[in-house]
Amino acid sequence: MKTFKGYKRANGTFGVRNHVIVINTVGELAGVANKLADLVPGVVPVIQQGGTSQFPEDAMQTIRTIKGTVGHPNVYAAVILGMGEDDFAEQIAVELREEQCKVEAIVINKNTSIDKIFTDGKTWLNQSYEDSLKVERVDVPITELTIGLECGGSDAWSGITANPAIGVCSDLIVDDGATSILAETTEAIGAEHILARRAVNEQIAKDFLTIVKNYENRILDTGEDIRSANPTPGNMAGGLTTLEEKSLGCIKKGGYAPLQQVLKYAEKPETKGFVFMDTPGYDVESVAGLAAGGSQIVLFSTGKGSPTGSPIVPVIKVGTNPKLYEIMSEHIDVNAGTIVEGKKTLQDVGEEIYNLVMEVADGEKTKAEQHRNQEFAIWRLAQSI
Amino acid sequence: MNNAIKLHPSDNVVVALTTLEPGEQIVIEEIGLLQEVTEKIPYGHKVCVEVIRQDEKILKYGECMGIATNDIQVGQHVHVHNVRGLKESERVVSVADYA
Repeated sequence: MKTFKGYKRANGTFGVRNHVIVINTVGELAGVANKLADLVPGVVPVIQQGGTSQFPEDAMQTIRTIKGTVGHPNVYAAVILGMGEDDFAEQIAVELREEQCKVEAIVINKNTSIDKIFTDGKTWLNQSYEDSLKVERVDVPITELTIGLECGGSDAWSGITANPAIGVCSDLIVDDGATSILAETTEAIGAEHILARRAVNEQIAKDFLTIVKNYENRILDTGEDIRSANPTPGNMAGGLTTLEEKSLGCIKKGGYAPLQQVLKYAEKPETKGFVFMDTPGYDVESVAGLAAGGSQIVLFSTGKGSPTGSPIVPVIKVGTNPKLYEIMSEHIDVNAGTIVEGKKTLQDVGEEIYNLVMEVADGEKTKAEQHRNQEFAIWRLAQSI
Repeated sequence: MNNAIKLHPSDNVVVALTTLEPGEQIVIEEIGLLQEVTEKIPYGHKVCVEVIRQDEKILKYGECMGIATNDIQVGQHVHVHNVRGLKESERVVSVADYA
């Protein structure tokens, strides 16, 4: 069995990173959370702008995402910063401590002043960071690896080079007995019947068709029709002929493996193999959902060149064309543009991505990590109240 | 050096990696495919590699990405002038079809 060098957690999960983080439950605490994280070098701020004045569905989604982020196997320890009487920081901390996670909840204007937050928080974080450095990597079976699949800033080459090459890597990972999660429900509109046909049973097919329909209906409610707007005139000039073709290019990140399960945003898979998560096309929110659902590494194809990363998971960028690699190589980890140049095949680049996944799992830093690109946002389904 | 890519073995179209001029041969080393294009194919666009009759499926990624609106010969450009997307009735029939 193939292995990677990961961090074993008390609850039986395995991380590829060993972060100590500070996360805020509500957007009002973004600044305080940033300052607290800054007090201890090495501590990662996970900052989001939502959390209050939400519809119940969004409140649940926010809680699920924060819990998944704090309890993530890449996280060694976390401070959750909350505010007010109804804050959920303490509740999440209690639940995660039951799962053997190292979590401290600090709630402003309930039990402590800002001064005390910085003093207590710094002490706890200092100690946790020091402890985190003592944890050593151990051999972990590859079946414990979960990879998220994402694209951002697509171009005419995405569906020809980077996406199908990521698909080759996804199939290799699934063949190893590990898990790969395809995301971005909006990008499947028009090819949902094709992906549904890969479902292992009727219920999974139904689950998938339902999330696509629900998403499309929410978009229609705003007055926009994604089906008749696609492919765009720009897409057509680039060679895309039909909506099916455009969406096929996107879902090819998921290779050819059977679809085992359909997940809610930020939900954890109950099965190994290829699964789908309901997320928006917006990369930052989608990557945060993939991570909160347990992906330890995210593969990210880009044609226009997005620098975005994640505070808790390494994001591997796969560039779609040679020109992008020339001008943005500091952000691109794998150049799938070699396929356009006729130098490499899809299989070659797929294997290159797979090998890099194993190196990154062992500790090799991605370009986004080197630049400390740590974007984080939680998907909102409704408007703020 | 390859100047086109076939995304799935069962595909009846390949994608040009450079702009192909009429008379130019399609080169895909790993499958040894050598055919001539009969019209200009802009890079990123599709070219037919097996005769496709009217109302037959256009296969890319091994999947149906559209329906031919007229007969398409080997070497011809495959795009909006000879392909249409699927109608709703041709796509999702019922969930039971997927199991």
